[in-house]
Amino acid sequence: MSGSNPAGDLKLEDVSIGELEPVTLSIATGEVVCISGASGSGKTRLLRAVADLEPHGGDCLLGDIRQSETPAHRWRRQVMMVPAESQWWHETVGEHFDAGDAPGDAVQALDLPGEATSWSIDRLSSGEKQRLALIRALVREPRALLLDEPTANLDAESIRRVERWLLEIIQHRELPTLWVAHDAEQIRRVSNRQFRIRDGRLRES
Amino acid sequence: MSIIDLTWWELALASLLVLALAVTSHLARLGMARSLLVAAARTVVQLALVGLVLEVVFELGRLRWIALMSVVMLLVAGREVMARQKYRLSGGWAFGIGTLSMFISAFSVTILTLTVIIGPDPWYMPQYSIPILGMLLGNTMTGVALGLDRLTEGVRRQRALIENRLMLGQSWSVAVGEIRRDAVRSGLIPIINAMAAAGIVSLPGMMTGQILAGTPPAVAVKYQILIMFVIAVGTGFGTLAAVSAGARRLFDSRERLRIDRLTAGSG
Repeated sequence: MSGSNPAGDLKLEDVSIGELEPVTLSIATGEVVCISGASGSGKTRLLRAVADLEPHGGDCLLGDIRQSETPAHRWRRQVMMVPAESQWWHETVGEHFDAGDAPGDAVQALDLPGEATSWSIDRLSSGEKQRLALIRALVREPRALLLDEPTANLDAESIRRVERWLLEIIQHRELPTLWVAHDAEQIRRVSNRQFRIRDGRLRES
Repeated sequence: MSIIDLTWWELALASLLVLALAVTSHLARLGMARSLLVAAARTVVQLALVGLVLEVVFELGRLRWIALMSVVMLLVAGREVMARQKYRLSGGWAFGIGTLSMFISAFSVTILTLTVIIGPDPWYMPQYSIPILGMLLGNTMTGVALGLDRLTEGVRRQRALIENRLMLGQSWSVAVGEIRRDAVRSGLIPIINAMAAAGIVSLPGMMTGQILAGTPPAVAVKYQILIMFVIAVGTGFGTLAAVSAGARRLFDSRERLRIDRLTAGSG
């Protein structure tokens, strides 16, 4: 889980989806931009547009790599979205990691026992799933992160631990990061800049 | 061996048994009496009509009439495939994919069987070509409909899972791979079960029909084996083609899952 090879800033150029007015935004390497807003305001859909999971207007750039000119699966491998509710399709946790993508010390860093990768998916709590989903995404060494409420299912102590761990990786690997959050305290703790979606517009707050 | 012909009066006696079942199911409040009677009436009308058509086509024995009848059978099967799906691809894709995959598999396997294996003269002799194509289409239709239904239902139900796999950088074909394999398997299970049980649990319909019509059992058995093999091949390739094409259509050129391309069917 090491490796630091920044690809550059993440730029949104007139990205439009649903009712949201076109968004132009630049996130520097290692910068965390938090987005908040009421439920249904379009926060998740904006992340989905940047991950190219839904048809949308505008384009995105990671360094000099253009979303519209890159095969979609390669773009998503570099600009990785972690959803609020993670999904699991194999029997055990370990099967969800590619060969060579060892979770390493991340498991301990997030207060999970070393044998967590051999656990059956059925026995995972929602908080364990959320932490393991973050590890699963980050071992793939993306160049930018799109986090959709990454601590929604965690207790206060785990939230702080996950925040510290994420910020350390984001800064060490210089990952431009879009972080959707509800909690004003958390936004203050983790963000370099904060935006809010209101009346279909993204405004810096 | 002479064939004992059935009179319409004798068939009417059999229909009384169906009527008895309808009355019983009505008394048992199963809510099936009406659909049972409608289905029985449809059987009589449809088979009587097809009997008349077959008499004419057999009499004429011309390729163009056989081809016309084959196309009608194919289009009806295509419509049936579409009607049997709970969620289907919109914009004519469900009909198009189902019909094209049945056309490719059922027609090519039928022509191959007629020209290479059975070898009637002419190769399209209606006595052979129409029953074989009919059985192939009927079974391929079931396989294709089951496969497409399982695919669209699976994709709809597991949308979040597929999208999470896409988020992790998997290609669309990997992300939908398990659902696609499961869909093909479900299309193939009926014919595999039928082959495994043939002769032990049940006597296959075609063989029974041939024996009733006076064919020696040894010959009927050989035809039944041939038919089951070609049905398995036709159903297998047809289902594979339909499910592969259907899965591809559920993703766009940017490998995005397009649930909006599905509409709820009445089936």
